[in-house]
Amino acid sequence: MQTSAPVETITRRDLWQVRWTLRWRRLAEFFRELAGHPVALAGGILVLLFVLAAIFAPSITVHNPEIGSLRQRLIPPAWVEGGQAEFPLGTDMQGRDLLTRVIYGARISLLVGLLTVTVSVAVGAVLGALAGYYRGWLDTALSRFADLLMAFPFLIFAIAMMAFIGPGFGNLILALTFKGWVEFFRLSRGEIMSEKTREYVEAARALGRSNYAIIAAEILPNIIQSVFVLATLRLGFFIVTEASLSFLGLGIQPPTPAWGSMVSEGRDVMLTAWWVSTLPGVAIVLLVLSLNLFGEGLRDILDPRLKVE
Amino acid sequence: MRAVKTIERVLYALPIMLGVAIVVFIFIRMTPGDPVDIMMGQGGTISAGEIEQLRREFHLDEPISKQLWYFLRDAAQGDLGYSYVKKRPVTELIGTRLPATIELAGGALLIALLVAFPIGIISAVRQNSLIDRLSMSAAFVGISMPGFWLGIVLILVFSVWLRWLPVQGRIGSEIVLERITGFYTIDAVLTRNWTALSSALRHLVLPSVTLAAAVAAIVARVLRSSMLEVLRSDFVQLARAKGAPESVVVVKHALRNALIPTVTVVGLQIGVLLGGNMIIETVFGWPGLGRLVVEAIFNRDFPLIQGAVMVYALTFVLANLVVDILYTYLNPKITL
Repeated sequence: MQTSAPVETITRRDLWQVRWTLRWRRLAEFFRELAGHPVALAGGILVLLFVLAAIFAPSITVHNPEIGSLRQRLIPPAWVEGGQAEFPLGTDMQGRDLLTRVIYGARISLLVGLLTVTVSVAVGAVLGALAGYYRGWLDTALSRFADLLMAFPFLIFAIAMMAFIGPGFGNLILALTFKGWVEFFRLSRGEIMSEKTREYVEAARALGRSNYAIIAAEILPNIIQSVFVLATLRLGFFIVTEASLSFLGLGIQPPTPAWGSMVSEGRDVMLTAWWVSTLPGVAIVLLVLSLNLFGEGLRDILDPRLKVE
Repeated sequence: MRAVKTIERVLYALPIMLGVAIVVFIFIRMTPGDPVDIMMGQGGTISAGEIEQLRREFHLDEPISKQLWYFLRDAAQGDLGYSYVKKRPVTELIGTRLPATIELAGGALLIALLVAFPIGIISAVRQNSLIDRLSMSAAFVGISMPGFWLGIVLILVFSVWLRWLPVQGRIGSEIVLERITGFYTIDAVLTRNWTALSSALRHLVLPSVTLAAAVAAIVARVLRSSMLEVLRSDFVQLARAKGAPESVVVVKHALRNALIPTVTVVGLQIGVLLGGNMIIETVFGWPGLGRLVVEAIFNRDFPLIQGAVMVYALTFVLANLVVDILYTYLNPKITL
């Protein structure tokens, strides 16, 4: 009787505590590694700056992003002859401050990107987990549907869908996620299929845990890192796709400042005012570049198997 | 055996295409509004009698399963419907625009490979050198850059400021070129019209470079990493130990094996080149399929959009198919 006493004192709560201590330690270690990875760190800091600018846009700039003054049309950037310090990046054809519109544009880009990634991850990871765990007809049906969606180039699919359902914020998210979940589905399905055969899953099953508990509490925490890495890299892709749709006039509609439509509007005055069309594009390149740097850095740290030389 | 596998792979592509056709069909059914109005696009007003007649013509009075069957049967015979906006059959419209798109994609592919191969190889052979770091940084920027922005910057620099290259179009408006194949560069050579050839090539440069940038970046990165992997393998070390000159080691042993993953990526990129050009064609006023689709979207010309999406998906599926088949020839160990 006495020999089994120490075993009984380990409660579920203790296990839970050990698990969380380990997770916190892993998180702390992740931040230490991030600090030692200059590329990922630089990307991460830039992304953070964009996020902060988007959140605090009204406090950063005094100008209205949608209403300008016709008397202040097409003022060049401050560093060019004729530029004014009040409009650091100049103004557009409606006399709106370009920097203000670029900052507010970050809101749209980040919001569309984050929403698309979140919905895609949620749908893709859950369906992938179910398909990979249970297999059978559900897996076959979902995998064939995923194959089918892969037969369409992403941009064409999104363009066609926007053409049929019409422009607008909600439709944009729908068009991007309709195909966006497929990659997360494939990733999580594959990972679940390989994790399923590992000892810890066998152990959990032997302990009588339900399938749902095994997927949600045992397997998902182990594959979440790869999903997170893919999500960061896809975020940049979704932002470029949104910008491309808005550039074609199928995404966010003017006067709401979206980087893609700003580049498009600027084309009309390209011969006389180069800044209107090119500078919002610089913002897209910078944000996507930093996201990709951060994403590839994350991959080196979190998922060294996938490391690209 | 290889032939059997090839046929199997071709047969596997068929259900995918069928699925694509069904998805496209469902797309058009998802569109809110009256089907006749949708099919007509912004083609003008018609009387109630004509609407009834069109309903019968489009088989809209029959069950949806039958409508799907008619659509699939016609598509299989190359009949993608009729554009009431352009007043011409969709297949014909796509046919006249396709050469421009293929010519642009071909130019872009050529530039991308010419840039990516030397860069990928040199970066791998001289890993961590200045040239490696510079070119991989450039490749990283290339991947992160949206095509429409790069196109505008190139137009600004090379057409507006330097005045070296034309802003848009496929050929100078003053040039008369006999249409034989629809590919302007080929037609110019066939008719020995050198002024036309020079003009067509000058028009081709900027859009091709814009389209090529991202592809070159991706191919260079893949080639470099697969070269690095192969260069470290035992058989390459053995070749070196046996005294093979470095150039032979790099080209004959390493490059040949590194080609396998590279070909996959190039194949996938061909699909992107043919399909990703809506943006580039819009920026450069290139009269190809992409611009036709963008126009169709704004005219709400649904039969045309539907047909073009089918053609795009078909090209994408075919590109993947060709890559899979090429695979077996590059690496006999792989079976389909």
